[in-house]
Amino acid sequence: MKIDYGEVGLKVGLEIHRQLDTRTKLFCDCPTEQVKGKEIVFQRWLREAQSELGEVDPAALFEARKRKKIVYHADTSSTCLVEMDEEPPHDLDQEALEVALTAALLMNAQPVDEVHVMRKIVIDGSNTTGFQRTCVVAMGGWVEAAGKRIPIQTITLEEDAARIIRQERGEIHYDLTRLGIPLIEVSTAPVIHSPREAYEAAYRIGRLLRATGKVKRGIGTVRQDLNISIRDGALIEIKGVQELDLLPKVVENEVVRQLHLLRIRDELRRRGVKREDIEGEEPRDVTHVFKQTKSKILRRKVSQGGRVMALRLPGFAGLIGLEARPGIRLGAEFAGRARAWSEVEGIFHTDELPGYGITGEEVEELRKTMGAGEMDAVVIVADEEEKARDALERVRERAAEALEGVPSETRGARPDGTTVYLRPRPGAARMYPETDLPPYPIRPEQVEELRRRLPPTLEEVAENLAKRYGLSPQAADELIDMEKVELFERIVSETGVAPTVVASTLTELMKSLRREGLETQHIPDQEFLEFFRMVDRGEIAKEAAEKVFRWLAENPGKTLREAVESLGLRPVSIEEVEQRINSLITAHRELVERNPGKAVSVIMGELMKDYRGKVDGARLFALVKERLAKQG
Amino acid sequence: MSAEDRLQGYVGRVRRILEDAGAEIGDEIEVRVGEKTYRGILIARYELADPDHVVLKLPSGYNIGIRMTGDISVRRIAKARKPGFTPPPRPEAKPGLPKVTIVSTGGTIASRIDYRTGGVKPALNAEDLLSIVPELSEIAELDSEILFSMFSEDMTPGLWNQMAERVHRLIESGVDGVVIAHGTDTMGYSSAALSFALQKPPIPIVFVGAQRSSDRPSSDAATNLIAAVRVAGHAPFAEVCLTMHAWHSDDVIAVHRGTRVRKLHTSSRDAFRSVNHEPIAYVVGGEIKVNTEGLNPRGGDGYRFRPGFSEKAALVKFYPGMGPEIFEVLAERGIRGIIVEGSGLGHVANRLIPTLKRLIEEGIFIGMASQCIWGRVNMRVYQTGRDLLRIGVVSLDDMLAETAYVKLSWCLAQTDDLDEVRRLMLTPIAGEVGARSLPTRAEGVVA
Ligand SMILES: [Zn+2]
Repeated sequence: MKIDYGEVGLKVGLEIHRQLDTRTKLFCDCPTEQVKGKEIVFQRWLREAQSELGEVDPAALFEARKRKKIVYHADTSSTCLVEMDEEPPHDLDQEALEVALTAALLMNAQPVDEVHVMRKIVIDGSNTTGFQRTCVVAMGGWVEAAGKRIPIQTITLEEDAARIIRQERGEIHYDLTRLGIPLIEVSTAPVIHSPREAYEAAYRIGRLLRATGKVKRGIGTVRQDLNISIRDGALIEIKGVQELDLLPKVVENEVVRQLHLLRIRDELRRRGVKREDIEGEEPRDVTHVFKQTKSKILRRKVSQGGRVMALRLPGFAGLIGLEARPGIRLGAEFAGRARAWSEVEGIFHTDELPGYGITGEEVEELRKTMGAGEMDAVVIVADEEEKARDALERVRERAAEALEGVPSETRGARPDGTTVYLRPRPGAARMYPETDLPPYPIRPEQVEELRRRLPPTLEEVAENLAKRYGLSPQAADELIDMEKVELFERIVSETGVAPTVVASTLTELMKSLRREGLETQHIPDQEFLEFFRMVDRGEIAKEAAEKVFRWLAENPGKTLREAVESLGLRPVSIEEVEQRINSLITAHRELVERNPGKAVSVIMGELMKDYRGKVDGARLFALVKERLAKQG
Repeated sequence: MSAEDRLQGYVGRVRRILEDAGAEIGDEIEVRVGEKTYRGILIARYELADPDHVVLKLPSGYNIGIRMTGDISVRRIAKARKPGFTPPPRPEAKPGLPKVTIVSTGGTIASRIDYRTGGVKPALNAEDLLSIVPELSEIAELDSEILFSMFSEDMTPGLWNQMAERVHRLIESGVDGVVIAHGTDTMGYSSAALSFALQKPPIPIVFVGAQRSSDRPSSDAATNLIAAVRVAGHAPFAEVCLTMHAWHSDDVIAVHRGTRVRKLHTSSRDAFRSVNHEPIAYVVGGEIKVNTEGLNPRGGDGYRFRPGFSEKAALVKFYPGMGPEIFEVLAERGIRGIIVEGSGLGHVANRLIPTLKRLIEEGIFIGMASQCIWGRVNMRVYQTGRDLLRIGVVSLDDMLAETAYVKLSWCLAQTDDLDEVRRLMLTPIAGEVGARSLPTRAEGVVA
């Protein structure tokens, strides 16, 4: 399906988050690098103080309803009492503030006169305090991307949240290592009108952030949030797009999703479905229908004391299972809503039945029990009765919203580019001042000083790289985009390997491996460095790179030594090679004397059979020539 | 706590500019500085910050400071909206629940936030408390009273007395338990004070505080308060005690004896620890687990009300290089008793001994506690200790220095006779001393 994004009135705003590579965390003196130490585990509850205005925030209500026991895992090498919410915050980290100000200047934004740290209420447990500390550092900038100026509304500095380890019923576990790492957030105005523009704007902002030289690299250090709307649709927040390449797909999928929901709305209206019809339906116990069922999940749930509950949805037949693209259908919306609120498993609807071990007879019986006509659909959930009922009430609520088109909500991005319901959209952010910290004035002289010391843009960096190491402009650009500049320079300065060889290994080779679906981004920098050291010492041939890194990508967590071992690339000693050359020369003595040129190629042929990938070909050649010269 | 200033924190030129514009905290205003225009809600200014900025809350919810220099103008756009909160109706009282009264002395055990201005208002009456911590209505039939609104560092022996009087009246009125919400800084002193003034009470008297302010979602206030009300209403023992977190977790609340507890950390939730003693109980998952023996039973008939605290007691910490001046000045100012926080087993520099001797001869009580915090004073082991004993310094055994000071203040109000003060100081009254010293438990091991 070709979408005319101008026609549908697409508007996208971006929030780009990136971890800063500072020495300490934002509000304490813990390191931002992960170190392994002693772990302590403690447990907390969060409850939000009432708002004076007595307003009920739908997002807060959502979290409060799901009130969970929160279990924190704190590694005392990377967390202290501040992250544990047992000590007031230390002063705002000046290094982080400088990086944020530098980024602001690179994006033509105006630093604020005085920074005020705020507490933004977040009670899902990802912050031990129950709020995230955040502050506006600059406003009103712009970046040039997709052939236009994209306004930057705010640049904020905030503390990163704790990482979820696992979730169980009524309990959620977090690791505190990440909590407090400085995070810069750049928010654009909603003036992006196509998936391509979204990509280019995010790419451009990412490059400017990296130009500061103080951002973290690698998995989990970047997070892109979007707000997306189309004409007649709704404003949707999408959280947590980790890969830049995924961004256009997420935008496109969201447009498809909203258009699909609008079509369903039109069809429901055409069928004359009324809100009251849906809201008048009640979940009913239909466990008896499935007494003999072959469906594993239903059997399991019922044997655990659960019930099968059903809800009739009048006029919905065929619309729940209707798929615009894989994963984009009303049924997925129902399931997302029900799971988020009630944590149920096992949701089925009649559009996808019979199936999943549920037979046609059971479906017939179910329809009869529920009094469902040909145009009606039935949704069933198997779980503890209260949970199942609760889940179906959420489905009913979501079904009623289908009559209006697209409900405004916060969704989470999945690795395949689709999204899933997370929670209702929050009302006005509940923020109040962080009273444990003073305001931080930003002096005009300080801003001027930072302006004078602005780092080169990445375009300038690329030019310098190309010139200095004799790289092609594309190779230099790729090193930057793949965030391998530091590693490249380190390898080149520590080994004698040709810069072009290092660059192509780090970029071309990795890209081609990645195209095959290998996760090369997990390979630690250290292994690359070690590989080129071995090449430099002649212990391995540069041609072995493909084999070695393919193996490392396939065996995450293993070392280069193990790769070499396992691939039989055991380093060959020079003595051994020399001995072999000597014996070959002896064996071919006649030829050596008769036709030295021919002899060299014959001997090289034999040697390459033995040492391909283990000893560099050029080196072998040099050794053969050297030996022959001596003999002569 | 001053009367409300409508331009709180603003002084000098900036204040005049705001006044001229008729702006007050909470108003929506427009500030123009040169080319730039800002719109937002005027926010109170931090006391320690420089006077040249105006703080605005932007429509996004963020605050920023605007430097008021050069070509500036301020315009008021709209008056502040008054926070209009009516707490939900009080939940129906469950029949058969014990009656517990919460006496508030300052510090906020529950509060409500005005996100528009960042203002935090304490919830003091029972309705407010119940609307914020609804679990309480399942535990007790609640009443609440405001006794003081003060910082606990401003507490005095005179105020301990008022506190004791108030609790005594509540005991007489027939409540089943009293909870005293108190700032944490001096809560240990107050719990010791009430232990001496209200001996063998018929009901639990439970101090409670919070190390994280109650406006934060992570506050320990609610969990501590729920445990305190539970102890006040349901504990089988009737002791003056203090309930706070046992550790970093919210799941175990320790109940400490009022005379045996000390604040030992500036900020952590588990700041309060029993010293030279075990917590008398723990509250775990809604259950009270008694941890020590020989507690005063609820409803016992040994209750004695002995109020009175003298302002003529002092607590002095010995340090290397200390001269005799401080003791001389205290004597001149009419102090009648001094607790010395000595080093180690209970020592001070030998050169102070003649001064202490003179003070004792003048009729001033000198008692010795240890700055080690843990352990027992023993002045017979070393020569200095023996010399101090010889001149009449009283060894206070394993009593906390702070508790010793509070007890001395109480003794001095009971009698003018120095010998009687000495006798009382050495007589166990509220579990403040113990005969057996036990090994300390490993950090973080509770229940
Ligand atoms: Zn820390």
